[in-house]
Amino acid sequence: MSRIVQSGQYQLNVDDLKIAGSGDRMTLSIGPHHPSTHGVLRVILEIEGERIIKATPEVGFLHTGIEKNAEHLTWTQAITVLDRMDYLAPLSNNLGYVLAVEKLLGIEPPPRGRTIRILLTELQRIASHAIWLGTTALDIGSQSVLMYAFHIRELILDLFEEASGARMNPSYFRVGGLAEDVPEGFEEKVRAFLDEMPKRLKEIRTILDKNPIWLDRLKGVGVIDADRALALGVTGPNLRASGVPYDVRKAYPYAGYDEYEFDVPVGENGDSYDRYLVRVLEMMESHRICRQALERLEPGPVNVDDRKIVLPPKEELRHSMEALIHHFKLVSYGFDVPAGEVYQALESPRGEIGFYVVSNGKNKPWRVRVRGPAFYHVFALPAMMEGALLADMVAVIASADPVFGEVDR
Amino acid sequence: MSPKELYARPYTGGAEAQEEMRRTLIPELLREFPDSVRELETPFDIAQLEVQPEALRAVAVRLKERGFNVLMDVGGVDYLPRTPRFEVVYHFVAIPGLWRLRLRVPVEESAPEVPTLCDLWPSAEHAEREVWDLFGIRFTDHPNLTRILLPDNWVGHPLRKDYPLQGERAKHMGPFSVRNRYHAPKRPGDPPGTCGLPRADLGGGD
Repeated sequence: MSRIVQSGQYQLNVDDLKIAGSGDRMTLSIGPHHPSTHGVLRVILEIEGERIIKATPEVGFLHTGIEKNAEHLTWTQAITVLDRMDYLAPLSNNLGYVLAVEKLLGIEPPPRGRTIRILLTELQRIASHAIWLGTTALDIGSQSVLMYAFHIRELILDLFEEASGARMNPSYFRVGGLAEDVPEGFEEKVRAFLDEMPKRLKEIRTILDKNPIWLDRLKGVGVIDADRALALGVTGPNLRASGVPYDVRKAYPYAGYDEYEFDVPVGENGDSYDRYLVRVLEMMESHRICRQALERLEPGPVNVDDRKIVLPPKEELRHSMEALIHHFKLVSYGFDVPAGEVYQALESPRGEIGFYVVSNGKNKPWRVRVRGPAFYHVFALPAMMEGALLADMVAVIASADPVFGEVDR
Repeated sequence: MSPKELYARPYTGGAEAQEEMRRTLIPELLREFPDSVRELETPFDIAQLEVQPEALRAVAVRLKERGFNVLMDVGGVDYLPRTPRFEVVYHFVAIPGLWRLRLRVPVEESAPEVPTLCDLWPSAEHAEREVWDLFGIRFTDHPNLTRILLPDNWVGHPLRKDYPLQGERAKHMGPFSVRNRYHAPKRPGDPPGTCGLPRADLGGGD
């Protein structure tokens, strides 16, 4: 007998909702507001007992129209909205967009500017992986790791505050260089952090590496093989955990990464545990890059010497008419960028983030298409989840590290 | 029990791979599809081809055979006054060969339709849904072409250039409360889920 349920305007026939197959199967909707979905993700699960038969992610709860907004802002203003997509790694977003625009303009910042960019982007990678580590451990059930990991991130955010004035969304990179040079004493502070960080990370690894709960919850959970991962567009640490040594920093070096010496950690099983190992080892590789960047940091200009693109120094405005005109023009109108299309890929902490920027020769971007790595990772979750236990869903989502600001944009 | 920590040799040499691809693959494709594939000159590193929508499937099958195993991205662009108005942009990567190729498919405004590639690359499925959602370009034979970022009952496609930044409501001439910039006013008796939709009595919608 069919039963009609009425709810507001909808008339649902309960029989239509039943799924063919054994009677034990049920549909379970998880999220969008569930702490373990790391943002706003809804997963519709079909489960038989405790086994997940089918998972369907649903996204879009955090859609803020960032790409549309960017089209209505000048090239410089767009940095600030694009920065808010991947809110755990805003400097990677900055770098990708800024490099794409610089490609269109045909400019490259001087060595000091490039070195500071690499230094801060790698610090950002450490911060992003630290928060990943903390929240994953929290989901698995280890609350103390969250505090240890947030301590690492806190130290990095202090450095960002020192350099740019903002902690979460620095918007520090500009077309042609940086917003301003780092303050005096910044290098010592970074050096102090780099001395501190390996000890902190070792503490966390001491808690986790041989912890039987950690191993049981992660080993063999959420396995995805290399071919399937590639077909689903998985990149970054998730792909490397499956044994594919693809890293944009090595494959298509950008921003001067080819001058730095670092290794690419690669897993072999493609399970959650390998994703953990790859990220933790990557933090130490970033640490290595930061050390090299500090060694290279020499005094000099950070911006290109082009007053049509970069704001003049503030004190020059007091006595130079030209500087005042340039300042006024840049702040009110911005600058024109030659027409063309460019795709800039870069390795964000989550994977390959791509900026496809189209210019029509005016002072605003015609189109900024962002390929968010987390978007593809979310839709690879069903492949990792199917056949797993319901309790493992949390571990799988956590280990894939989606950030929903970037998925929904 | 000790974790095996591997440092494999990463794939390197993207720039040389690009040169090699420009020498080998592109002339081949131009020879095979003389009418429907055209090379677009670009000063930047990724080679780009313009492909007519009719030939997209055939070109895609050929690319898949040649080792392009990752479809990195599918995106749309609206070049408003131009005809054909839209473009669907595909970025392919071959791993481990590190070839990269961009296909740009022009789409007419009158019949915005492109064949789907999601049977060849599963990553296309949701990226194509996003293009449909934000640009209104349909993908033929797509298994589930529904809205992905916006609510299912949304009217219009926001990344089109003729869609106002503040939403459809900004166009309505009415009392200020109705033209609220950010939120559609909620009124008693509104059916559920009509957020952002122009109310029927204002003559909006399509």
